[in-house]
Amino acid sequence: MRLLSVAQLNTYLRELLDTDEILADIWVEGEVSNLSRPASGHCYFTLKEADTQLRAVCWRSAVARIPAMPVNGDAVLAHGRVAFYEASGQIQLYVDMIRPAGVGLLAARFAELKARLAAEGLFDPSRKRSLPPWPRRIGIVTSPTGAALQDMLTILRRRFPLAEVLLAGCQVQGVGAAESVVAALQSLYQTNVDVIIVARGGGSAEDLWTFNEEVVARAVYASPVPVVSGVGHETDTTIIDEVADLRAPTPSAAAELVTPDQVELRADLEALQAQLDETIGTMIDQRHDLLALATRNLHQLAPAARLEREQHRLHELMQRATAWIDHATALRHAQLAGLTAQLSALSPQATLARGYAIVRRTADGSVVTVPSQVATGDMIGITLRDGELEAQVRETGSAP
Amino acid sequence: MTGASSTEAYEVLFSRLQAIIARLESGDLPLADSLALYEEGVALSASCQHLLDAAVLRVRELQQQDAGG
Repeated sequence: MRLLSVAQLNTYLRELLDTDEILADIWVEGEVSNLSRPASGHCYFTLKEADTQLRAVCWRSAVARIPAMPVNGDAVLAHGRVAFYEASGQIQLYVDMIRPAGVGLLAARFAELKARLAAEGLFDPSRKRSLPPWPRRIGIVTSPTGAALQDMLTILRRRFPLAEVLLAGCQVQGVGAAESVVAALQSLYQTNVDVIIVARGGGSAEDLWTFNEEVVARAVYASPVPVVSGVGHETDTTIIDEVADLRAPTPSAAAELVTPDQVELRADLEALQAQLDETIGTMIDQRHDLLALATRNLHQLAPAARLEREQHRLHELMQRATAWIDHATALRHAQLAGLTAQLSALSPQATLARGYAIVRRTADGSVVTVPSQVATGDMIGITLRDGELEAQVRETGSAP
Repeated sequence: MTGASSTEAYEVLFSRLQAIIARLESGDLPLADSLALYEEGVALSASCQHLLDAAVLRVRELQQQDAGG
C-alpha cells in the first residue's frame, strides 16, 4: 500500500492514460449537452449516453476545422484523445473532429483524416508534380493477380511499349493491406522508376478503404517521383487521390495518363522526316539555281566566246571602215574632177591667148611682176601665146 | 537489370534528329555537310521507327524485402 499526494496521484493517472494507444486516437459516439463556447473560442461540452457522461473540450484551432458544430441534443461521433486533466481531476475527451452520428464511422474517419491531412498541406496543389512526357520505367503498385493489372498492361503495350514496367505487387484489401501497399511503394522508391501508378479495381467502400489509410497517404506523399492514383471507379474518391500528383478515375485511365500514344510519336517522326526532306530539297534547288547562273556567267567569260565576240566586233568595224573609205574615195574623185575643171579655167594659156604676156628673169626664171625685180641691162624672157621672146631691159620705171 | 531503357534510346535518337533539323534549317552549312546531316537524319528517323516497331513492353516483378525490411 502506498501513500500519494493528490498531485502525485493525478500525475500518475495522467501518465497512465497517456500510455494507452486506444485512448490516443478514438471515436466516441454520444449526445451533446451542456455545450458552451466562451470568448476564448474553445468549446466545452458533455457527451452523454443514457445516464453516463464524458466531459469534452474542443480547442479553438480544432473548432475552425470542423465543418458543422453540433448543438445540444445532437448525436455525434467525436474524434480525439482521452486524457486526465490534473487540475480538475477529471477525465476529458480532447476533440479534434466532430461528425454527425448518422454518417457512419467510416465516413467520419474519412472526413477527419481528409481535414487533418489537408490542414497539414498534403493535398497542396502547388506540390503536384507534372508527369514525365516519355516515362522510362513505370512503377505499378497493385494486386499481381487483379484484373486491374492486366487492363493497365494492355494499355501500356498498345500506347508505349518502349517503357519498362516494375511491378510491386501488394495486397489491396483486408487486414495488413495498408502495410503491404506501403511496403510496395517503398520498394519502388529504391528503384529508378520515374512515375508510379497506385491502382485497384472497383469494390465496395470497405474494399477501397486501404487507400484511405493514413499510413498509405503518408507513403504516397513521401514519393520521390510523381504518383498517379487509379483506385476503383470514376465515382470513388479516396484519400490517396488527394495526395497523388494526379488522380485517374480508373486503373486503365491511369495507364493512359502516364504514357504518350505511339501513334502520336509516329506522326511526329513523319513530320520531322518531311521537314528534313523539305529543308534539303530547298537547299538543293537553291544550289541548282546558283549553278545555272554560274554556268551562264562562265560561258560569257570563256576565251573562245570572248574571241568570237571580238571577231564579230572587228568584222563590224571593218565593214564600217570599208564603207567609209568607199564613200570618202568617191568624194575625193568628185572633188578632183571639180578642181581639174577649176584649174583649167585658171590656166595662163587662156590669158596669153587674150594678148597678155608673162615676163621672167632669164637669170633665175622667176616671174617679174614689178619693175624693181629687174635692173637695166638684165636679160628677160617673154612668153606669148605661141612662143618666146628674148629681150634686154633698157630702162626701169615705177608703176604708172 | 540496369542500362538504358528503350525510352532512353528513343529520346537520344529523337533529340539528335531534332538537333539535326535545327542545324540544317539554320542554312549556313556547306552542301556536303548538309547532305551528310540529311542522311544521318533519315537514318535516325528510321531507327526511331524501328525502335517503336520492335518495342515489347518489359514487365519486371519486384522482389519485396517485406514490410519493414
